[in-house]
Amino acid sequence: MASFTLDVNGKSHAIDADPDMPLLYALKNDVGLNNPQFGCGLAQCGACTVHLNGQPIRSCVTPVSAVGDGKVVTMSGLGTPEKPHPLQTAYVAEQVTQCGYCINGWVMTAAAFLRDNKKPTDEQIKQALHGIKCRCGTHMNILRAVKRAASMMG
Amino acid sequence: MTKMEKPANFSRRSFLTTGGALVVSIGMPISAETLLSINTAFAQATATRPPLVPNQLSSYVAINADGSVSAFFGKMDMGQGLYVSIGQMVAEELDVPFERVTVYMADTRTSVNQGGASGSTGIQSGGKQMRAASAEARRVLVEMGAQKLNLPADQLTVADGVVQAKSDPAKRATYAELIGGRHFNVELEWNNKIGNALYAPGKATPKSHKDYKIVGKPIKRADIAPKAFCTAPFVTDIKRPGMVHARMVRPPVAGATIESVDEASIKNIPGARVVRENNFLAVVADKEWDAIKALRQLKVQWSNSKPPFIDQAALYEYIRKAPVRKREDSKPVGNVEEAFKSAARVIEAEYEWPFQSHSCMGPACAVVEIADNGHVTCWSGTQKPHFLRDGVARTLGVKPETVDCIWVVGPGSYGRSDADDCGNDCAVIAKAVGKPVRLQYMRNDGTGWDPKAPASIHRARAAIDAKGQVIAYQFLSKGFSRVDVNTNGSQPRDTLAGHFRGVELRSGDNFGVPAESYAFANKHTAWETIPPLLDRASPLRSSHLRDPVGPQIHFASESFMDEIAHALGVDPLELRLRHVKNPRHAAVLQAAAKKAGWESRPSPRKGQSGNTASGRGIAYAARNGTVVAIVSEIEVDRSTGKIWARKFTVAHDCGQVINPDGLVHTVEGNIIQALSRTIWEEVKFDTGNVTSIDWLTYPILDMTEVPEVIDVVILDRPDQPPTGAGEGSTRPVTAAIANAIFDATGVRLRRAPFTPDRLRAAMS
Ligand code: FES
Ligand code: FES
Repeated sequence: MASFTLDVNGKSHAIDADPDMPLLYALKNDVGLNNPQFGCGLAQCGACTVHLNGQPIRSCVTPVSAVGDGKVVTMSGLGTPEKPHPLQTAYVAEQVTQCGYCINGWVMTAAAFLRDNKKPTDEQIKQALHGIKCRCGTHMNILRAVKRAASMMG
Repeated sequence: MTKMEKPANFSRRSFLTTGGALVVSIGMPISAETLLSINTAFAQATATRPPLVPNQLSSYVAINADGSVSAFFGKMDMGQGLYVSIGQMVAEELDVPFERVTVYMADTRTSVNQGGASGSTGIQSGGKQMRAASAEARRVLVEMGAQKLNLPADQLTVADGVVQAKSDPAKRATYAELIGGRHFNVELEWNNKIGNALYAPGKATPKSHKDYKIVGKPIKRADIAPKAFCTAPFVTDIKRPGMVHARMVRPPVAGATIESVDEASIKNIPGARVVRENNFLAVVADKEWDAIKALRQLKVQWSNSKPPFIDQAALYEYIRKAPVRKREDSKPVGNVEEAFKSAARVIEAEYEWPFQSHSCMGPACAVVEIADNGHVTCWSGTQKPHFLRDGVARTLGVKPETVDCIWVVGPGSYGRSDADDCGNDCAVIAKAVGKPVRLQYMRNDGTGWDPKAPASIHRARAAIDAKGQVIAYQFLSKGFSRVDVNTNGSQPRDTLAGHFRGVELRSGDNFGVPAESYAFANKHTAWETIPPLLDRASPLRSSHLRDPVGPQIHFASESFMDEIAHALGVDPLELRLRHVKNPRHAAVLQAAAKKAGWESRPSPRKGQSGNTASGRGIAYAARNGTVVAIVSEIEVDRSTGKIWARKFTVAHDCGQVINPDGLVHTVEGNIIQALSRTIWEEVKFDTGNVTSIDWLTYPILDMTEVPEVIDVVILDRPDQPPTGAGEGSTRPVTAAIANAIFDATGVRLRRAPFTPDRLRAAMS
């Protein structure tokens, strides 16, 4: 057991945890967020994706000790109903999800990608989202939403 | 009809009478707090609601004090917007604005057992009941209005939840004034069935489709925003005071039993302990990560039992030779054997389909809490919470009334997944530790140990006469049962908890035959099931996965139609239209072909050169009244064997369309998931266990492989009953792709999935 102070969505959280414990469990159980989600614990699906210093990471394989004083942003820190991120607006407009359990992977990966790549082609978007899973098969919707967000982000 | 409008006889309750018939229970005086909280609907459930039974109108619909409507639905929405459609049907019949209706789903505290999600019956049977109940509620409200306004009911009309005189809108009474905050107490004519078959109409006749204002509109889902802003919990987010975390310990070799457990091996982990009952083994810890560590660290001596499975390479040979446990023949047309004797030519083919896994987006999760008074609450992502309630009650040996099961959206749901196992496992652990328990499976449990879609082989034969006419057709499926374990978690014998704890087993038998309307002078279809490879606690136990046995059967039957067309040198669409008898079936075939710009010619396509070959294929199938035809256009990379399913044109007839937006999204999800199953999905196993345990060993479709276009053509039939869209468009996908591969390459694939390796090997 060791003590850590995590910066999550702009707030600091003191937690006691095993240094090996993946960040995911800190976010869900210690910080108490409804996101991200456990899909595989193996960095294979994306359901646990958060931003660490602006870059998407798989929190299921990132030890809490590796986070240091890095800034963690989860999907709930991306925007709010009052001040939504364009991807959140686009998800609602395109009615993307089925179960929605995959949502963190797509949105957090796309958010970083769209921030760094203005006016991407469809092919670039698909490549950026390669490897993320949606078992319900909402891929057509996801693409529409990411394209819509891309145009909103100019 | 004397049964209806008979008030249930409750003490502590007085009744308001209208025209001599008691219809409304007033109940206890309603406090201001209750009135304010009535919108939550749950307040009503505890206070004065009549018993939650299928023959009570109050079990389906309530008018709240503010005039809003609560609808209590005993099914759930797997994320296809079903609840929106149900809200539309309820609002339509009640003549209230859509926004005024809230649909509460799949909670044993508030709804009766309408079967949960099952067989695409959400609208077909679930909606039918909600429609009937809402129509009855409107009728009762009009009668109450007649009493209050002192006017005959036939001189009244309803608009926006206000009963008013046709001649004078000033003479009016709102629903809220008439009954708001109190419960209907009207007995319905229940057919004494529960589950999908439950039907309990009142005296009212639902509206004619010609009068619809809300049904048929593309109303959007309100549950996307809470997901996009992470404000609504998934079942994985449920937290209870004092809750501990559990993980299951499964045997490394299927069928192995526990010889000993070294509890000391986890004693360095805070709070970690073992829960064991016979071969049921779990670890529990206060913190989730500690439970996972305990799972990894626990030393268990498993029996050195013989690996139960066969070599996977011999799977289809095994099925071919396996003893038949049950056979069912459809009623034969003509005399097939005689016709084959007189045939000028016989065409034959055999098709093979592997075990497939639900592999939900996350492994299942459940939370179970047993209160001091013995009341059990189970939060689960199950599709069938009422049945899971019964299962948990049996597992714990308590009465079903002692248990509530609350569905909370989980990591996807496509049939009898690991969710029902998880709820029962969690109940056993919660009882053992005496604390609320959250159990989430690990990825390898979700992929490796979920119930599987059955593997099968399918033999088809056609007899052709000298003039090139098909004179006889025969089709036989042989495979593992679709109900080796049953499709819900209501019986311990169908759950892993029951299997590992050692309950008596009863493996069921069922499969299916092609659902089409091809007429041949002589026709015979049948199925045969074989026993499971391992009868207890098998990671290859088979059950329902989306469109149970539909993809496998129609992969075979609709590929075979193309094989006949090829043998006769005719266009595959034309051959189908020659034989298809149901006009709605012909209509979807024609609609898909027209929209896709189908060019009439035999397959394969001529003049293909270069590395990329392109082709098109068509297939169609019916499913409980719904009928879908699909044209798929694909490209094949000859050097890699990789298929890109570039475009699908889907003609969809599910009768009356309640919400076209929801329908299109549902169809898209079906197509993508079915495409994934067609190209990639095959459960791998060795002689000891399933070896598909994660996304690398059980790959699914990737974003870089999705189609460019899925074009959905809706054939709306407002005058027909709605028949469901949850699975129908999954069914023809594999055959449409197989037929397109043949069109592109001249290669006929008869074994799914069509992985690049398999197609490349077939082309060389
Ligand atoms: S849960 Fe982290 S990638 Fe799957
Ligand atoms: S919406 Fe269910 S996994 Fe993506």
